Amino acid sequence: MSSNLVNTLKTFHQGGIHPDDAKLSANATIKALPLPKIVTIPVAQHIGKPAKILVERGDMVKVGQIIATHEGFVSANIHSSVCGKVGIIDEMMDSTGFKHTAITIRVKGDDWAEEIDLSEALNRDITASPKEIVARIMAAGVVGMGGAAFPSHVKLSVPEGKTVDHLLINGVECEPFLTADHRIMLEKPEEILVGTQVLMKALSVDKAIICIEDNKHDAIELMKSRLEGYNGISVQALQVKYPQGGEKQLIEAVLNREVPSGGLPVDVGAIVHNVGTTYAVYQAVQKNKPLIERVVTVTGRSLETPSNFLVRIGTPVVNLIAEAGGLPETAGKVISGGPMMGKAIADLNVPIAKATSGILIIDEAESKREQEYNCLHCGKCVEVCPIGLEPYYLMLLAKNHKAAQTSNEHILDCMECGSCSWVCPSNRPILDYIRLGKKEAKKIKTP
Amino acid sequence: MSQSGLLTVSPSPHVHTALTVKQIMWRVVIAMIPALLISVYNFGISALIITMMAVLFCAITEYVIVRYLLHQEVTLFDGSAVITGMLLAFNVPTNLPLYILLIGAVVSVGIGKLSFGGLGNNPFNPALVGRVFLLISFPVEMTTWPVPGGLLAGIDAVTGATPLGLLKYGLRSGMAVPEIMTELPSHLSMFVGMQSGSLGEMSGLAMLIGLVFMLQQKVITWHVPITVIVSVFVFSAVFWFINPSLYADPMFHVLSGGVMLGAVFMATDYVTSPVSHRGMIIFGLGIGFFTVLIRLFGGYPEGISFAILIMNAFVPLINKYVKQHRYGTGRRATFEPMDNQLVS
Repeated sequence: MSSNLVNTLKTFHQGGIHPDDAKLSANATIKALPLPKIVTIPVAQHIGKPAKILVERGDMVKVGQIIATHEGFVSANIHSSVCGKVGIIDEMMDSTGFKHTAITIRVKGDDWAEEIDLSEALNRDITASPKEIVARIMAAGVVGMGGAAFPSHVKLSVPEGKTVDHLLINGVECEPFLTADHRIMLEKPEEILVGTQVLMKALSVDKAIICIEDNKHDAIELMKSRLEGYNGISVQALQVKYPQGGEKQLIEAVLNREVPSGGLPVDVGAIVHNVGTTYAVYQAVQKNKPLIERVVTVTGRSLETPSNFLVRIGTPVVNLIAEAGGLPETAGKVISGGPMMGKAIADLNVPIAKATSGILIIDEAESKREQEYNCLHCGKCVEVCPIGLEPYYLMLLAKNHKAAQTSNEHILDCMECGSCSWVCPSNRPILDYIRLGKKEAKKIKTP
Repeated sequence: MSQSGLLTVSPSPHVHTALTVKQIMWRVVIAMIPALLISVYNFGISALIITMMAVLFCAITEYVIVRYLLHQEVTLFDGSAVITGMLLAFNVPTNLPLYILLIGAVVSVGIGKLSFGGLGNNPFNPALVGRVFLLISFPVEMTTWPVPGGLLAGIDAVTGATPLGLLKYGLRSGMAVPEIMTELPSHLSMFVGMQSGSLGEMSGLAMLIGLVFMLQQKVITWHVPITVIVSVFVFSAVFWFINPSLYADPMFHVLSGGVMLGAVFMATDYVTSPVSHRGMIIFGLGIGFFTVLIRLFGGYPEGISFAILIMNAFVPLINKYVKQHRYGTGRRATFEPMDNQLVS
């Protein structure tokens, strides 16, 4: 709070932590990863229904060709990320640790579908109508690339009776270690600005704010310097604080509005899209290119060369690690995503999905949790909770299966940022129990 | 990779703060060292002996009870027995007989902490439970303070009353406050720590150094200590304004006795203070209120120990009814698009 008085950087008001941001790969330019021999493309890479498979074993597919189509509105199309022959279609382990249906494709050459514009030239003319924009984004299978993987066309379809007055472009990247969004902003600033205008047109809003944390000065300066000619777009620098990149926290920080408990950002007139998603939107609408590749940070303190790779969806994780110097001897844990909210993976052959923002390798010594002690009621978890919950109490209630009480204590507003577990001096697995409690609270809400 | 070649998997988060229980406990111990040094300077080596013996007694009590009565793993090295011991020592005169100190340690750790289930489960501050037990059981020994005599002060040093005690006796004998004040140490010398008193409550300055250290290390937040100090100041100022010849000035009340010690080290005890910032402020206000009430109208010259214990009893209630602001409820969670369009 006190630092608010000495600078003009915005931030959310309540809670938050300051973990070591460890952006080891911040200066590593985006490098295209060599094509893998085989890709594994899950048909459920998004929130909502899995896509319906359109191909059969033995079919030849080109890069960008649709291979699975959305089922219903909250779902997303899946395209082939490579050129080659469709192999086994079966249940396969993905980064969630569970088996889901996936299509394997053996790579042969690199032929792209004809309709895709492969030129590097910037296309600033937005000719598509708002409806066409949403349709193209839907066709291209664009989903939220910050981690949630919510289909983007759904977010752009504002419900009847709701008004949106601000579009926020999320370039916060508050997860420690990750630098994918940072590099996209540095290397594709104009594309992001055009993408932002595309989104503004689709939503018919006249104000968009690109939000960047203050540990990315270069990105803030660069984006600011390119704003001319892009009406209605501004850049907002934010204090470095986790979980600033959370949709709710970002809206609070920038617009001083709170998403109602149980509601959506659209309820307070805001729509948030990640910068990676915005870049994908640019490619989908202006270049006719579906979402078949993304930038992934590969990082870790013992990794030889922490890097940012442009990776085809479905590439095995092990390929990225090999290109960054190989799995270090000391590695104990590999995480898909960042250290605060990412998922530990058990098998390095799982594929990169649309929402995989990073691969983080943690040393053996830091992989295991420390001994747990009694709760001291120190209140640190209460202090850091950005939602204003009482994590220590929710843990106690959840442990005793008090679903009605956890529900009354707003357990379902928890977004699992992990600040409580991070700060607990007694090493208590607070979030583990809150997750269990949320499951039970959901059950009694929807019997 | 591990010997087995397998990767570790666990739910997020995968990183953790460096500030664990052990680290916090040792930082609190460090924060208490300036006060200990002032005490050694004033009362000589006996201050050090009392402190070390109190720590030793508390550690032994904890070890014996946990090992032989509860048959559990001994967690001595979390440092909490050290803190309880130091705080107990800080709350007694340096010339206290050691057997009384031992009784205090057994009551603090045995009854104050372990009888409730150990660290984290005790409703009352263990060191204060011990202190109040001793104050009631050994009123003479607990209120016979040595006069500060420098490093060379021996066992045969003169004993004297604390400024608060002198004030109470003076008032009882019909003197007016300004008259009594002329015989008491100045505010400045009380701030530095030159008056009679318990081992650790000598110097407001030493407490402030400890407070700044703990704030800077993020061991505690400002909410409890500052509200206690401010509320003692404000409540005593009210009475001082009403009748300055009957009531001492607020600065005297803040600097005398155990207010600073209580505010910085006793009331801030994690286990026995509220969890939310709002709750902490209510807790601090209550302590200030009861301290002034006991000092001005109670039988004892000093009231902070009782005030903290009373407010300890309210902590579960405060935690139940005083919550942080819940994101997504209240004024900022409503949105009127029309208003906004008018503004822009």
